[in-house]
Amino acid sequence: MSEKLTKSDFESASYLSSETIDGDIATLNLGPTHPATHGIFQNILKVDGEKILEATQTVGYIHRAFEKIAERRPYNQITTLTDRLNYCSSPINNIGYHMTIEKLIGCEIPKRVQYMRVIIMELARIADHLVCNSVIGVDTGALTGFTYMFQQREKIYDMFEEVCGARLTTNLGRIGGFDHEFSPAFYSKLEDFLKEFPALFAEFDNLLTRNRIFMDRTINSGPISAERALEYSFSGPNLRAAGVDYDVRVMNPYSSYEDFDFIIPVGSNGDTYDRFQVRQEEIRQSLSIIRQALDKMPEGPCHADVPDFFLPPKQEVYENMEALIYHFKIVMGETPVPVGEVYHSVEGGNGELGFYLISDGGRSPYRLQFRRPCFIYYQAYPEMITGQTISDAVLTLSSMNVIAGELDA
Amino acid sequence: MANSTLSNETVYSKLKEKFGEAISESQEPFDLLTVEVSLAEIHNVIEWLKNEPSLQINYLTLIGGIHYPENTGRELGVTYHLHSLIHNFRIRLKTFLSIENPTIPTITDLYIGANWMERETFDFYGVIFSGHTNLTRILNEDSMDYFPMRKEFRLEDGTREDKDDRFFGR
Repeated sequence: MSEKLTKSDFESASYLSSETIDGDIATLNLGPTHPATHGIFQNILKVDGEKILEATQTVGYIHRAFEKIAERRPYNQITTLTDRLNYCSSPINNIGYHMTIEKLIGCEIPKRVQYMRVIIMELARIADHLVCNSVIGVDTGALTGFTYMFQQREKIYDMFEEVCGARLTTNLGRIGGFDHEFSPAFYSKLEDFLKEFPALFAEFDNLLTRNRIFMDRTINSGPISAERALEYSFSGPNLRAAGVDYDVRVMNPYSSYEDFDFIIPVGSNGDTYDRFQVRQEEIRQSLSIIRQALDKMPEGPCHADVPDFFLPPKQEVYENMEALIYHFKIVMGETPVPVGEVYHSVEGGNGELGFYLISDGGRSPYRLQFRRPCFIYYQAYPEMITGQTISDAVLTLSSMNVIAGELDA
Repeated sequence: MANSTLSNETVYSKLKEKFGEAISESQEPFDLLTVEVSLAEIHNVIEWLKNEPSLQINYLTLIGGIHYPENTGRELGVTYHLHSLIHNFRIRLKTFLSIENPTIPTITDLYIGANWMERETFDFYGVIFSGHTNLTRILNEDSMDYFPMRKEFRLEDGTREDKDDRFFGR
């Protein structure tokens, strides 16, 4: 695993001279598969004892050519590809993609659908942040919080299952809204969750936030300044932890986010502790947004009137000529789509998740590009861990919440 | 952009005034100012947008490639999405290059984050970013000798005879 190199191999590197222990530098492969990396990430580290002198990432181990596949699929079949980007919060990807198409076809979305989407997206954000934060706990040696928070994440997945039948790769919703109303079981599960979760979450928070060991371990681990983060095109919680209050939900509101009252937490150091705290506060804000959306939920249909994209009820397909035609056209992917190009972004679990779509009027996109926040900010990883210890590198990786699916597309 | 403090007209007229002929075409699909910039000036335009005090368009959102096989002499395109977080203003820049000589200056000297985005564009479209310090493949394997996102590479095997897709517009 590690290959010892002599100092003469690195004579050109000036920063090595004073710091080395007995003049030897080792090369260490962190990953590609290692329990500490939570995914397929390879980092080739040059280490002097515990200290990292240089790091090089290798990415692309699970590249699945989604952008190419999307160029041959009908629009409504691309949603399943977006599931597999950031698979910790698939519904945000699904809904972000649907909103891109709705923007392109100029579809007016009923207020009720927008509120329902907000509930789903905020649940997905909670699930995403719970994974990240509880895993930070695991990497610092606190397994207990993880087991409790994963039970809560299961409850969120139960709710997704109520809505769409799937848990992880959800393919949730349709272009135009939802395929059916939320069931009463969903609402009762959601109410139970909103009642039970805050107390358990506070317990989890107590376990770590002011814990001396946790603080010593995470403060100043993998820091990045606001200026550097912006130059690296960071977005999402990692950028906010560095102190920049950029949130797509506020900057370019979509799906009626302007109707809700919530704050954007920011950190100051951009280190692991700040990233943890920003995500903790975002979970609380998400809970508040869900509560507001439930209380203000308007009446109306659960989908927009877009017969070109929204499957008609099955009974009508059997009895009604027009419905049969629409059904056939949607299933065969023969829906007319206007020519145009559109960029739409949503605040994903990890930051600005963008969809850049160019349509030539054909049955598939001419070009569909995903702005994957992980791919963009993972570039900064070597800079953030240079000079730190190997255990800090593991913590930094998990606190950046790099998701292999989103990284490699 | 709905809540931006800059308007598309202001930015476009400033660009036109500064760079003149290099700015050839502008559109506003879905309120997003889209301008086509000549290959020679693309680096200067991005640098000016970043440093001009009245604009401060200094956040790089996305770099991507695109391939139009029918446009002879300008087959490959590179698009830049830039964002001013201060003015909440977004702009899309496009530039086109020929497939025989797909060379374009890198902007890694302006934005460090452009590094992997340019490598990805090189990896899939074969656009060569001159001045990039490490222009190697990133997501595909290193030994690959073609650029898979170009349109001549069909997703499905073109020699298949057991499927007749003529009636479905494929």
